[in-house]
Amino acid sequence: MTTLTTRRPIRPSGPTGPTRRKRRLDLTVPLFLSPTLLLLVVFVAYPFLRAIWLSFTETSLLGGTLGFVGLDNFRTLFTDPSFGTFLSNSVVWTVGGVGLQLVFGVIGALLLNQRFRLRGVVRGLAMIPWATPSVLVALIWMWLLDPNHGLVNAVLTRTGLMHSPVAWFGNAHSALGTLIVVDAWQGIPFFAVMVLAALQAVPEELKESARTDGCGFLRVFWFITVPSILPTVLITLVLRLIWTANYIDLAYVLTGGGPGIASTTIPLASYLTAYKQGALGSGASYAVVQAAVLAVLVAVYIRLTQRREA
Amino acid sequence: MVVLERAGVAGGRTRSERRSRAVAERRSVPLGAGLKRSLGRPALYVVIALWMVCTLGPYVVMAVTSVTPQDQLIAYGMSRLPTHFSVQGYSELFATTPFVHYMVNSAITALGTVLFSLVVASAAAISLSRFRFRGRTTVLTALLVAQLFPAVLLVIPLSTMLRSGHLLNSRAGLVLIYVTFATPFATYLLKGFLDGLPKELDEAATVDGCSPMQMVRHILVPLLRPGLTAAGTYIFIFAWNEFLYALTFTSSTASQTIPVGLQLFIGDYQIRWDLLTAGGVIAAVPVLVGFMLVQKQLIGGLAAGAVKG
Repeated sequence: MTTLTTRRPIRPSGPTGPTRRKRRLDLTVPLFLSPTLLLLVVFVAYPFLRAIWLSFTETSLLGGTLGFVGLDNFRTLFTDPSFGTFLSNSVVWTVGGVGLQLVFGVIGALLLNQRFRLRGVVRGLAMIPWATPSVLVALIWMWLLDPNHGLVNAVLTRTGLMHSPVAWFGNAHSALGTLIVVDAWQGIPFFAVMVLAALQAVPEELKESARTDGCGFLRVFWFITVPSILPTVLITLVLRLIWTANYIDLAYVLTGGGPGIASTTIPLASYLTAYKQGALGSGASYAVVQAAVLAVLVAVYIRLTQRREA
Repeated sequence: MVVLERAGVAGGRTRSERRSRAVAERRSVPLGAGLKRSLGRPALYVVIALWMVCTLGPYVVMAVTSVTPQDQLIAYGMSRLPTHFSVQGYSELFATTPFVHYMVNSAITALGTVLFSLVVASAAAISLSRFRFRGRTTVLTALLVAQLFPAVLLVIPLSTMLRSGHLLNSRAGLVLIYVTFATPFATYLLKGFLDGLPKELDEAATVDGCSPMQMVRHILVPLLRPGLTAAGTYIFIFAWNEFLYALTFTSSTASQTIPVGLQLFIGDYQIRWDLLTAGGVIAAVPVLVGFMLVQKQLIGGLAAGAVKG
């Protein structure tokens, strides 16, 4: 065994082995893949199609499907005066949250790529918000930002930065912005770690050579580091855009979409319509609109990852 | 190119020797040269410390709140440090709320998901890493896309499906859904791990007369163990933290998990922050401890899995 493992074979180890092996594989692969494929077909593909069908029906939470209504749900949705607010909230939430994650994530990655004591521990600790339940993130920040007893208001009023405490989530002007900051707090570490992995893969020889050629720090960064990490940054960016656009946990717990509809995004509108109003059909129509918009980003993501593999 | 060639001339020895020497030299430099020049070492430590305070501070506040006496919280909130500690929040949490039920449900659901998802995902990962077959790329893309579906789109039909299968408000139903949504990424993690194991191993086994099944059982599964730890932790964190599906599919203490319970508490115990944060601490401990234990492998796998596709 040991001699065999250390030997580097010169023969190609590509897709085609001896014919004897190939014939035997025929059973292994289907056997091994079928549970995964079954789960994906039953709990992802089928519900996906069913959701589209539901969006053309009037279906209630308690009464079941009452009938096919064609495009009625979509007509109602697009003529709803609130839809514009949902849409702009979605854009602000997604672009704002991911924008902050991008800026601070890249800065964070550059910091974590430096050499300092306890670096390994710091890298782990920095990722803790990623591993924290979303409801717990909401609970922690609800307490920190509490208008009467929260630490943030206490610090801001005591240092004189604010005259009176602010109800961060209760005010229509600050609710969405505050949600975005909480989302960024939770999401920056993941972004940083992804970019860090790319930074670590930048060939040092290249940077060394550039330095030998007289490039300063900024020029090395701009001409060597940035082009090397750009593909990863792009992929992470698209991935985060998709996730953040779909992420409703924080808003559901912290504001419930309010005050009024001030922090309701399209997916949150979908969920609230389906489960607070009990209108599954028209809730599904919001989700279908959401999925249709995101399909563009999903296509971009797949293109980016596959180009990288090639 | 010009840059590379000049470096080549300067070295003069073989390429690999030059590289290892360059690596050795770099190790002796304490700090990446760039930021050192522009920021300086103390500044770096200040920024890192500030980051750690922003990241960990909220958890410390939560932990301190959970042991602060209730009357002090009502009077001063967090603007004053507690004069003494109290475990009343914890004892009341267990005595007067169904929190134990939530913990049991969370533990069973998360561990069940880990168990099933690891089996399903390792099988998929082995076939995708070790075998070449028609449709392989399609399967990889399907796994990728499955993670990107909006949960709000799938949640509606899934709830009607679970209802007709009598799996609504049951831990089994949750496990089924969680296995589905944890498996794609777990598969990617494990596949990445397997891709790093030398192919010669299974070739040697095949030459020695192992069938593919024997090769998997005797060669790959034992080697996969460290990868299983990382993937298992990822799955546990996913299932323990998941909120939207649990909120929709559970309706009583028979199946409600900790995130759902905490969300109910936020409505019911608005001013009982000692109680709420005590629940929060208990919710955080298992995932954060698990995460810190395997963070190195997990972070590496996360980055590779999402980028390589």
